[in-house]
Amino acid sequence: MTGILGKKIGMTQVYLEDGRVIPVTVVEAGPCTVLQVKTPQKDGYEAVQIGFGEERKANKVNKPLAGLFKKAGTPAFKQLREFKIAGLKVGDTIKVDSFSKGDVVNAAGTSKGKGFQGVMKRHNFKGGPGSHGSMFNRAPGSIGASSYPSRVWKGIRMAGHMGDERVTVQNITVVDVMPEKNIILLKGAVPGGANTIIEIWKD
Amino acid sequence: MDLIKSVEEQFRKKVTSFRVGDTIRTFVKVVEGDKERLQPFEGVVIARKGQGVNETFMVRKISFGVGVERIFPVHSPSIDKVEVLKRGDVSRAKLYYIRHKKGKDAKIKEKARDIRKAPVAS
Repeated sequence: MTGILGKKIGMTQVYLEDGRVIPVTVVEAGPCTVLQVKTPQKDGYEAVQIGFGEERKANKVNKPLAGLFKKAGTPAFKQLREFKIAGLKVGDTIKVDSFSKGDVVNAAGTSKGKGFQGVMKRHNFKGGPGSHGSMFNRAPGSIGASSYPSRVWKGIRMAGHMGDERVTVQNITVVDVMPEKNIILLKGAVPGGANTIIEIWKD
Repeated sequence: MDLIKSVEEQFRKKVTSFRVGDTIRTFVKVVEGDKERLQPFEGVVIARKGQGVNETFMVRKISFGVGVERIFPVHSPSIDKVEVLKRGDVSRAKLYYIRHKKGKDAKIKEKARDIRKAPVAS
């Protein structure tokens, strides 16, 4: 397995050799530095903690973090994430060239926040007729009958906050990798808006 | 935004310069079974839309009395080449109005003198 952190830049279209046009997401990924190696003996599992992004302001580095960065001998990265990668040591860097054209990867990020939304948008409820005198337009309908269960079941889908949560997209094809610009092109969309931090990994 | 542009730049190709109003012959790669051949499509450019790598152009011709319009992406690898046959003299960016014209009215005036000195294929 290998993984990398990146920043979503935006989307565009590119041409394949056969003339087809496909939508791609441009992600500026890496280089990421290994800050800490977790071992089964010490931590109970095998992983590496990697850092990515700009340097933090001095007042955004608390004492435990300062110790971590000092130990690794790296600048204070803004983004830290763990990946279950084996065989790396502290100070190693992960670059986009660990991925190649045609790879199938997974990507995760924080989706765009939608605020408080009704059931039609949030849970894809059908809603009612828009006209012909109907007064049942976007309401959720019954949430529980009167005799039985005589209460609302736990977990009934209702209106509420939507978006701004971790979303993983699986099996994304890597369309192109540009190591000199630290850019990876992923087919289709990835969660979040521009500048969202995206985790990309493959098995 | 600039990173996106730099990515798109890599997918651009060198294209013949032509404008709205020009009569052009577009050669499209057509795959038939395992063979590939070039299919020409000749007509008047009536619109250019989009920017950068996503730019497209619309070509109109009259085929057996029926108007046919095709939209091609400018930078598509399936467009082999574009030949400019005539430079048109028009004062609109989009020539949709010629759809409603017939015969002589639908004709586009040829540019008297090509100021851009671009080569015109015969």
